[in-house]
Amino acid sequence: MSVSDWLLFLLVRSLSLASLPGSIPFSSLQVQPQPDAKMCDQTFLAITFGPCDSCGLNKPLMNIYLKNEPINYCSLCVELMACQGLATGETIHTLKAESESLKTKLEEERAKLHDVELHQVAEKVEALGQFVMKTRRTLKGHGNKVLCMDWCRDKRRIVSSSQDGKVIVWDAYTTNKEHAVTMPCTWVMACAYAPSGCAVACGGLDNKCSVYPLSLDKNENLSAKKKSVAMHTNYLSSCSFTNSDMQILTSSGDGTCALWDVESGQLLQSFHGHSADVLSLNLAPSETGNTFVSGGCDKKANVWDMRSGQNVQSFETHESDINSVKYYPSGDAFATGSDDATCRLYDLRADREVAIYSKESIIFGASSVDFSLSGRLLFAGYNDYTINVWDVLKGTRVAILFGHENRVSTVRVSPDGTAFCSGSWDNTLRSHSQVGCSSGKWWRWRLNGS
Amino acid sequence: MTINTLSQDGVQRQQMPCLTKMERMIISMQDPDMGIKLRNQRLLITVIPHAMTEALHIGQLFVKYGYIYPLKEPRNLILKADDSPYRFQTPYYWMSTRWPASELDYAIYLAKKNIRKQGELIEYEKECYNALHKRINHTWDFVVMQAREQLRASKQRRKADRIVLECQEQAYWLVNRPPVSTAHYPPSKRYVKYCEQYQPHDPIMQGCLPSNPWITDDIMFWNMHSETVAVPTKLRVERWSFSFMELLNDSMGRKEFLTYLEKEFSAENLCFWQACEDVRHGETSKIPEKVDEVYKQFLAPGASRWVNIDSKTMEKTLEGLKRPHRFVLDDAQMHIYFLMKKDSYPRYLKSELYKNLLARAIVPQETKKSVFPFMRRQRHSSPSPALATQIGEDDGKGKNSNSVKSNSGTASRL
Repeated sequence: MSVSDWLLFLLVRSLSLASLPGSIPFSSLQVQPQPDAKMCDQTFLAITFGPCDSCGLNKPLMNIYLKNEPINYCSLCVELMACQGLATGETIHTLKAESESLKTKLEEERAKLHDVELHQVAEKVEALGQFVMKTRRTLKGHGNKVLCMDWCRDKRRIVSSSQDGKVIVWDAYTTNKEHAVTMPCTWVMACAYAPSGCAVACGGLDNKCSVYPLSLDKNENLSAKKKSVAMHTNYLSSCSFTNSDMQILTSSGDGTCALWDVESGQLLQSFHGHSADVLSLNLAPSETGNTFVSGGCDKKANVWDMRSGQNVQSFETHESDINSVKYYPSGDAFATGSDDATCRLYDLRADREVAIYSKESIIFGASSVDFSLSGRLLFAGYNDYTINVWDVLKGTRVAILFGHENRVSTVRVSPDGTAFCSGSWDNTLRSHSQVGCSSGKWWRWRLNGS
Repeated sequence: MTINTLSQDGVQRQQMPCLTKMERMIISMQDPDMGIKLRNQRLLITVIPHAMTEALHIGQLFVKYGYIYPLKEPRNLILKADDSPYRFQTPYYWMSTRWPASELDYAIYLAKKNIRKQGELIEYEKECYNALHKRINHTWDFVVMQAREQLRASKQRRKADRIVLECQEQAYWLVNRPPVSTAHYPPSKRYVKYCEQYQPHDPIMQGCLPSNPWITDDIMFWNMHSETVAVPTKLRVERWSFSFMELLNDSMGRKEFLTYLEKEFSAENLCFWQACEDVRHGETSKIPEKVDEVYKQFLAPGASRWVNIDSKTMEKTLEGLKRPHRFVLDDAQMHIYFLMKKDSYPRYLKSELYKNLLARAIVPQETKKSVFPFMRRQRHSSPSPALATQIGEDDGKGKNSNSVKSNSGTASRL
């Protein structure tokens, strides 16, 4: 077998064994929602009661699929069937141990194909000089922690959402508020601006993603035209429109991502593979436009094919929850920010991690990451109230921004790269850019060229 | 100036002056009166005079860069000082005209060879074939289909032409083949190259002209980059040459490209591609009617804007049209996309239309910073993109970002 064949074999084996839920290790047994059922059926809890298809007793039933056929088994029969799959001498523990050893072997093989590290090749690249960033606008108006924000494609408007259920649309350039919506739930963790600029989507603890068309009529209540699109069985952590206003991609605490049709609310595709909450997702800027990456509490970052629902690549090198994922502008790689206080860069073609952005002095988790337009800078917001700016190629930190008085929850660069905006638990949003004029007495900034 | 190793993408630009000189020599060598003696052996074959060592050295370079290729031992890219025959490579395959050989092209070439010789590829080619198969697996159907199509098209040529074309293609790939082992394909260089290419366009890294609106409170920068501006900036027009996607993502670039295609009578390709995008990203309920429209306009026999797709894809698409779904046009769309990317796009970048626009494009003057730091310019509001829904309910929702109106700079209270 050639090296590539061996790798493929290891990868397939390890993925099929390792990414399974809890107590059911057998890969042919899959728990999936029925074709036209809503996402709320996608749960491992028993939801119906009745005669079991196997033993005939009246018991709480689990809806499972065996070879694409839906059946209802009671939990005891499910366990028995799962154990039949084990060969003699195998237990769930031995299988788990085998999958772990396969994983390490896979990493070793990957390391053998190891190229020159990004930082070494970038040695010849000119170092960035003194990098000075300055806060240009402060947006005050939220009554509670700002959890998420997104830019409009017009490069100056933003939408932001907060813990108290308020979603506000601002013209960040003038700092005027243009629209405000009060959601029926608190902790609105996800919000997104539609590509046309005519609507916003948001959601959170209500387990839904709703789309609000923006109306300029002052007297109109935006909530009246609200459209409920996505339905998950746990909180909504992140949402994003695809290339048009007509489809939304969502990620949820129920461990899945899903693609929805806005007009009908129909589920177009669901993505299963994470074994814990999915916290973040990002669409790839590729020319065939069909993949996205997601990161979750299972420390994994998964790349998905939107059309088939397949998990095409998986990366697991973080030591804690991945809070944020973002593609490098060319689409060849993506960065992640995690609770383990590091940010990492993963290359899709080389299929491995190629850089880590960390310092011993940084001990708080990174909540949000984004690239500058050229991909040279990585902006990361941390739970220690700061924003660190990293040189992507050299792996060094080129600036720290202070100014927020609580955790930084979200960081996004504007569509034309002229500024980046940060939202924080101190109830404000700030937009920053590099220093131009001399006046700048309010916000402290510090340089760090190390 | 050294020209030792074969070029990678960025380095190629530096070698252009050398290549143009070489090409001028090659052209003069082929001149029927003053050039080299040509002898007809079945087909057009030349013999290089082995007069002086200098001529020999230049001759070696010609062979190395693929302007001339040996006929007897094609894999041995050296110039022998004897009577062995060589042939001039067609200008289509000259290094200055060809874009950096892409993986997809090479995969198609290897697939063709595999089919023709039924698996008899040499060791190195077998390795590449397997590696490519793994790496671009998702497009493999497309690769095989393209290979079959090209073979079928070549069968319809005269035998003499076919042999010459095969030799030319083989020579080209011997000179330009992508690196051997994919394991040593450095990801790092790609990032460095990308960052360097885009750095002048990154306002946070290098500032922007006339000025960054967030810093100087002057929105001239946004005005100059709007969709409907009369004269674009140089940076913007240059960016279209970075990749086909950059051209298509800019609505002005798309318009310019359409104008060019109209001159070439292949505008239906871009229109078809846009229609497919509309199907893929539009409302689910409208899919059947949109797909039907696309069929009538672009795919039906005798359609007014018929697009040239290979028969296999056309068959598959027409079959899928019976039960239209969101992705039914994907294969056809991808075929046309790559056709434009490989063929029309490179020619557009060399066209007079593009060059004139680039020449006319402006480099904005830097805005003077205000002398008194406390005197701030007034920050003007801009019409909200949501305004589009007031005018036309249907227009606003279905379109993508192209419908966003950029600000006009007039102060308007909301």
